[in-house]
Amino acid sequence: MSGGNIVARLPFPVAARKELGDAQLRANLRNATHTIRDKRLRMVGEVPDWEELRRSGAAIKDDVLSRLPELLTQFEAAATAAGATVHWARDAAEACAVVTALVRDTGTAEVVKVKSMVTQEIGLNDSLEAAGIAAVETDLAELIVQLAGDTPSHILVPAIHYNRSQIRDIFHRNGLSALTDDPPALAEAARRHLRAKFLSARVGISGANFAVAESGTLVVVESEGNGRMCLTLPETLISVVGIEKILPTFRDLEVFLQLLPRSSTGERMNPYTSLWTGVTPGDGPQTVHIVLVDNGRTETLADDVGRQALRCIRCSACLNVCPVYERVGGHAYGSVYPGPIGAILSPQLSGGGANRTLPYASTLCGACYDACPVRINIPEVLVHLRQTGPHPPAERAAMRALSWIMRDRRRYAAALRAARRGAAPIRWATGRRGAVRHLPWPLSKWTSTRDAPLPAKQTFREWWAHERTR
Amino acid sequence: MSARDEVLRRVRTARPSAPVTVPRDYRAVDEGDDLVELLVDRLVDYKATVRRCGPHELAGAIGELLSDASAAVVPPGAPPEWLEAYQGRVLREPLAVADLDAPGVAVLTGCAVAVARTGTLILDAGPDQGRRALTLVPDHHICVVHTGQIVGGVPEALARLADPTRPLTLVSGPSATSDIELNRVEGVHGPRRLDVVVVD
Ligand code: SF4
Repeated sequence: MSGGNIVARLPFPVAARKELGDAQLRANLRNATHTIRDKRLRMVGEVPDWEELRRSGAAIKDDVLSRLPELLTQFEAAATAAGATVHWARDAAEACAVVTALVRDTGTAEVVKVKSMVTQEIGLNDSLEAAGIAAVETDLAELIVQLAGDTPSHILVPAIHYNRSQIRDIFHRNGLSALTDDPPALAEAARRHLRAKFLSARVGISGANFAVAESGTLVVVESEGNGRMCLTLPETLISVVGIEKILPTFRDLEVFLQLLPRSSTGERMNPYTSLWTGVTPGDGPQTVHIVLVDNGRTETLADDVGRQALRCIRCSACLNVCPVYERVGGHAYGSVYPGPIGAILSPQLSGGGANRTLPYASTLCGACYDACPVRINIPEVLVHLRQTGPHPPAERAAMRALSWIMRDRRRYAAALRAARRGAAPIRWATGRRGAVRHLPWPLSKWTSTRDAPLPAKQTFREWWAHERTR
Repeated sequence: MSARDEVLRRVRTARPSAPVTVPRDYRAVDEGDDLVELLVDRLVDYKATVRRCGPHELAGAIGELLSDASAAVVPPGAPPEWLEAYQGRVLREPLAVADLDAPGVAVLTGCAVAVARTGTLILDAGPDQGRRALTLVPDHHICVVHTGQIVGGVPEALARLADPTRPLTLVSGPSATSDIELNRVEGVHGPRRLDVVVVD
């Protein structure tokens, strides 16, 4: 069993309808996704061997998945030899318990955190809080979201749903003063607030973008320097790492350090990347713990089609090109993993039929597949999950009837004729729109999220026959 | 069963059996451009300031860049000639974090490798770079790059690193955030000012 913040409380259609009413959110998102994806396209266009890098990246990850037991034990041995202590966790609850116990042992009541998806996935902050430990998010966007008592709406830019004056208000309510709502003034307020925390923090908590098996090295990719602060200044560092983050060799980083920054922020390279291996005397934390987390990953690994989701390097490129995400935003997905990757990852990680509406949160347009630096065929996995997941009975009956009709050409032609005859009065009633907004039950399920087009006045065959005889 | 054994057991039963061959037909060596020009262009694009000079002008260039610093931090193995033209206070290890955090402190280091294509400086805690906190806490970082340290792309850069298990920091421009309405703001936590001196 797995757990944590990957199970949506509301079905996607319900949550999406609510979010669609938020005009500010839609405007911000549209601007953000379009800006980032244009930048990304420019930066990818600079790299002549981009497709070769993508193929290598995908293959390295597939290789990792096929050799995971050996690579995990190799990583454990190398990291241990370098002075780290490696822990294992079957699920979110166990991972949180391990981290909480480690923090407790240090006797501190406050930890500083680097932005990390896996700690959000396992719900670490809540667990620490329940144990009386304050977890301070130090990424600017994560800090905004945390101070607002909100949840992130994007993997890369989690506070994109707020504008500057809202951020200033959030800061004010929490005792961070900024003179104006200019971004530099707000950043300065965050810098002052957090610097005091960095300099006094005794424990830092991070995730990792990559974990190198041969050397036991962990890698964190970031922009602001808050990551470097958390990874360098505290006495104790606890890194929570999903078991799929492994790369076999140090050399493999040459592929991913090219793929990740250009795919995620559309930069040639992100401002800071930190690599560390266990403990280095006189430099950085002198106590280093690594918690390797399963939480549904092995169940995902067991699925022949679905396992490619484990290649994901969380770059968020698929979010920025997704027409559905652009309109509903990250909150509608109800999981810490939003957008196309969330639609395939969340139901698989959570297992047990949770999140079963998420694979439908897509138009299957394929843009996410083209954007993905590790070539995850998201549409393929979506269709696969739709087939394996339970279907509403009305939809099942309709699809069965439709397939019976479509299997035979004469039946199909007759059905079309009947549909046209039936549609004539409706066409007259709907006027020029030529579409029906609401169909009666059970087809109302279909029209609750889209208009139903009326059948064409003429079939193509009829039109063709007509044109030929003119 | 321990969590370790349980997770490893699950992975063993779940993993695919077919072996995978990894193609490596991407560029291993990146040539064809003037790499020094390219590095300078990329660094400037990242809002770093860059100066080019000959070996004899280096001390003077550093002195000018340090002119408004109240103190300069140098790693234990930094060449003494770097500071020949600097009149101000010099801080040497061992240093407390509070010393590094004092206003007006600048840090002066070398680097292990520089990547032209991405505008990246790689520090590997070598003698002229010191521990990671030195280039993190002060607000101003001056980095000396020798043209012989410049390579084209990321593969060549990683291959050049002597020991991947040393703490490594890759720096591409000053610290930056784009979290507020996607406006880029330089310097949230790391050094807000990055000056690079390229020595021919
Ligand atoms: S699925 Fe691909 S594009 Fe989406 S976040 Fe993961 S790696 Fe990036």
